[in-house]
Amino acid sequence: MAPTDSAARRPPQEIKEKLLEKYPPKVARKRAQQIMINEAQGTTPPEIVANVRTIPGIITMRGCTYAGCKGVIMGPTSDIVNLVHGPIGCSFYAWLTRRNQTDAINDSGANYITYCMSTDMQDSDIIFGGEKKLAAAIREAYDLFHPKAIAVFATCPVGLIGDDIHAVAKRMKEEFGDCNVFAFSCEGYKGVSQSAGHHIANNQVFTHVVGKSETVKTDKFKINLLGEYNIGGDGFEIDRILDKCGIKNISTFSGNATYDKFASANQADLSCVMCHRSINYVADMLETRYGIPWIKVNFIGAAATAKSLRKIAQYFNDAELTARVEAVIAEEMPEVEKVCQEVYPRTAGKTAMLFVGGSRAHHYQELFKEMGMKTLSAGYEFGHRDDYEGRQVLPHIKVDADSRNIEEIEVEPDPLLYKPRKSEEEKAALEKEGLAFKEYEGLNPAMDPGTLVVDDLNQYEAEKLVELLKPDLFCAGIKEKFSIMKMGIPMKQLHSYDSGGPYAGFRGAINFYREIDRLVNSRVFGYIRAPWQENPELSATYVWE
Amino acid sequence: MLLRHTPQEISERSALTINPAKTCQPIGAMYAALGIRGCLPHSHGSQGCCAYHRSTLTRHYKEPISAATSSFTEGASVFGGQANLLQAIDNIFTVYDPEVIAVHTTCLSETIGDDLPQIFDKAHKEKKVPPGKTLIGAPTPSYVGSHVTGFSNMVKAMAAMAEKGERKNGKINIIPGWVEPCDMEEIKRLAALLGVSVNMFPDTSGVLNAPMTGEYRMFPEAGATIADIRDSGNALGTLALGEWCSAEAARLLDSKCKVPCSILDLPFGLSATDRFIDALRTIAGTVVPEEVMVERGRLVDMIADMHQYLYGRKVALVGDPDQLLAMTEFLVSIDMQPIHIVTGTPGKRFEERIAEITAPMGRPVNVRAKGDMFLLHQWIKNEGVDLLIGNTYCKYIARDEDLPLVRWGFPILDRQGHQHFPTVGYRGGLRLLEQMLGALLDRKDRDDPESQFELVL
Repeated sequence: MAPTDSAARRPPQEIKEKLLEKYPPKVARKRAQQIMINEAQGTTPPEIVANVRTIPGIITMRGCTYAGCKGVIMGPTSDIVNLVHGPIGCSFYAWLTRRNQTDAINDSGANYITYCMSTDMQDSDIIFGGEKKLAAAIREAYDLFHPKAIAVFATCPVGLIGDDIHAVAKRMKEEFGDCNVFAFSCEGYKGVSQSAGHHIANNQVFTHVVGKSETVKTDKFKINLLGEYNIGGDGFEIDRILDKCGIKNISTFSGNATYDKFASANQADLSCVMCHRSINYVADMLETRYGIPWIKVNFIGAAATAKSLRKIAQYFNDAELTARVEAVIAEEMPEVEKVCQEVYPRTAGKTAMLFVGGSRAHHYQELFKEMGMKTLSAGYEFGHRDDYEGRQVLPHIKVDADSRNIEEIEVEPDPLLYKPRKSEEEKAALEKEGLAFKEYEGLNPAMDPGTLVVDDLNQYEAEKLVELLKPDLFCAGIKEKFSIMKMGIPMKQLHSYDSGGPYAGFRGAINFYREIDRLVNSRVFGYIRAPWQENPELSATYVWE
Repeated sequence: MLLRHTPQEISERSALTINPAKTCQPIGAMYAALGIRGCLPHSHGSQGCCAYHRSTLTRHYKEPISAATSSFTEGASVFGGQANLLQAIDNIFTVYDPEVIAVHTTCLSETIGDDLPQIFDKAHKEKKVPPGKTLIGAPTPSYVGSHVTGFSNMVKAMAAMAEKGERKNGKINIIPGWVEPCDMEEIKRLAALLGVSVNMFPDTSGVLNAPMTGEYRMFPEAGATIADIRDSGNALGTLALGEWCSAEAARLLDSKCKVPCSILDLPFGLSATDRFIDALRTIAGTVVPEEVMVERGRLVDMIADMHQYLYGRKVALVGDPDQLLAMTEFLVSIDMQPIHIVTGTPGKRFEERIAEITAPMGRPVNVRAKGDMFLLHQWIKNEGVDLLIGNTYCKYIARDEDLPLVRWGFPILDRQGHQHFPTVGYRGGLRLLEQMLGALLDRKDRDDPESQFELVL
């Protein structure tokens, strides 16, 4: 579809200049490197600056390292007691606000997602140290709940006052004997965004939990699904499809996750990565230590879902599985296509902007394409260069001071459990057939030439983009939602989906088509002006009859 | 059962808070600052604090909440956040052009000891504050008090701007406390009916219940102006509503500018509203107008008409101290039985006052300041109630214990109306009654056997 009139009128360079013109020179210089016109298509996508510091005072969409660690990665796990060490706020704000669903019918029958736990540090703890209180709180949580595991999260002051949360966790673990206690140094000031928190969470779960399960998984086609958080039930829908295909997802990181599922991840034969940004570290470590290869998948979009299923079948190279996958796709697609065709006349040609996450701004373009909608501009809130340009840039990314602070753990092949699932020859053969391992091509190649890719978009730029390009739909998070709506533009949250979902898989695609149809064709924005504002001048007086 | 791990047996906890009945100071400071016209709140700390406060306020109001942050990095946390705040002030005035930046601190900047007045001084000296623009600062360490304390601290910072001139301005300052935008509007309406000229701060009405116009305005034409806040030093007196939310600011106005103050309860329910109206009447030296008498009469009328459904009903409540004191008094006054009362905000005086208010019930009452919703739930398991009143998090208790719930307090994340329909004043009392009766009678209609199901209630 052709871009809208307003978009066609304005060359991208002009829009970029407009976004920058109000900034102080230093800010303008920095932002200019994070706003990229998608020009060079094909072999070398243009370079963008990402994963760099947020500018103080510029109203950002980003959150903190604690949010990435506790909120995103560990938040969705049901049977681990998540205990936040800090003043009360951090735990309060991360309490049930991310719409992670859990069926809580899991191996331990436990569900602590509804509980918010904190040491509620007081000024005396800040002055004299909080380790004693933390130990007492862990003990109280253990006595009350007897969970399999207790995870401890550091908030900003903890790092500053020097509480050794890891030593406390270790001591308590030894004391209890039947409860794994481990800690995350995810103070909010670390890194530049949530992204650092993902990395910290990946490291600690891998170090303290993965490989610790005694349960032996015997299914034939076992995978891990990494970077899927079961927002609005996405994970349920993906599991439904996988089950139907005969593929067993033994461990999701971390939607509807349990301790035992994390602990069993080493038993899978393939890791499938959904959100590359938040979880690629675990994927890499699983491969190095246990010999489990990983591929990038995407279950957002019906075609993308079918493609991902085929990739998994291709990997396992089993005729029966392949046939079953094809049968499932054939069974599921007619309903998807029916609904797509139903909404298409009302959605085709509409335009969207997506500024969210570290993968969703990319993945959701699949669904918009299926509906004939065009993405005018997109970007990540906390992505890195490889999420934009593809993993081939990894060797060229300069590690700055903020990233250097985040621990990189050294992983060696496990002396007992390392077992390459595929030989190098088998992998090479699969690669020759087109199955790419450890590969993610990034957001940029998915975008049309001349579109704008903007990293860490802020409030001011969002308003400007909407004003200049007048999209039919804007997608971001809760903080952005209502300023966009006040301008009369429909807004869809793609972090937590507002109220809807699932949007993953086949049924999810159907839900999304209907939801977007509802949004871009809503009558409500037509009511902003009152009838008398359309004809404000009195041309005659009313005649009563 | 979503709270299936909560045991009935209560064990005292010394270190672990579960399901808190409070949050941290900065969000209260942010809410208060939004009640200043042309103000951009600024969080001096990690950017996550600001993101969380904006998200929570946005979910509660379904309105845009703009606020900026100093975006501390590890370096700033070691060397201090001065450079970040100076840069932020420069960027904010250049890009967003507010009249005021209201800075509050966080646990991070408080722990490292950043000194806001000193940084402000430097900002002025370095000409980062354009002429006519204002910086306000409030220390809001998250490890002291609660969100209520943060609100109070930001309001106190406003009062600190008051200037005493030559002449009194003939106005009464009203510090409305942490109430909804519509409540602030209602308080102004009542004062106007009594002919009292009011200077209210903060005032979030029109800011956090703004209309859709097709245009986004970061700074709506609403809120208390800086000129008016400065002028509060010339008022005849101050009515501070809510000891926890508003008293500190009122006392500062008294000591700094010799503006006398009365500290009243928040005007929720009959008696607290009576005291508020009586105070206004006395100040204005006037008689209470017929219109207000009619509103009061309607509230008394509905209490009388529906007394049989209220009498003896046991209620569990959770929320903030000022709100709970007034609500408990209202419930006692209409012969309901508030028996479990929890706030997360510290303050010994709270437990004493609840004891005084509930004394006429002649039965023991569970009350706890610095309590949590886990404890409240356990109390309910030990002695059941007919109604639960509190914020949205109560819905998990309500579902597990099959209790009717009236959502009242902060935050309300799953229902609408709190920003538009006041619960202060007599009309607000009618709304509270309507909500409570609706919840109780819906439950009765659901539970009554078919033989006793009644058309007329």
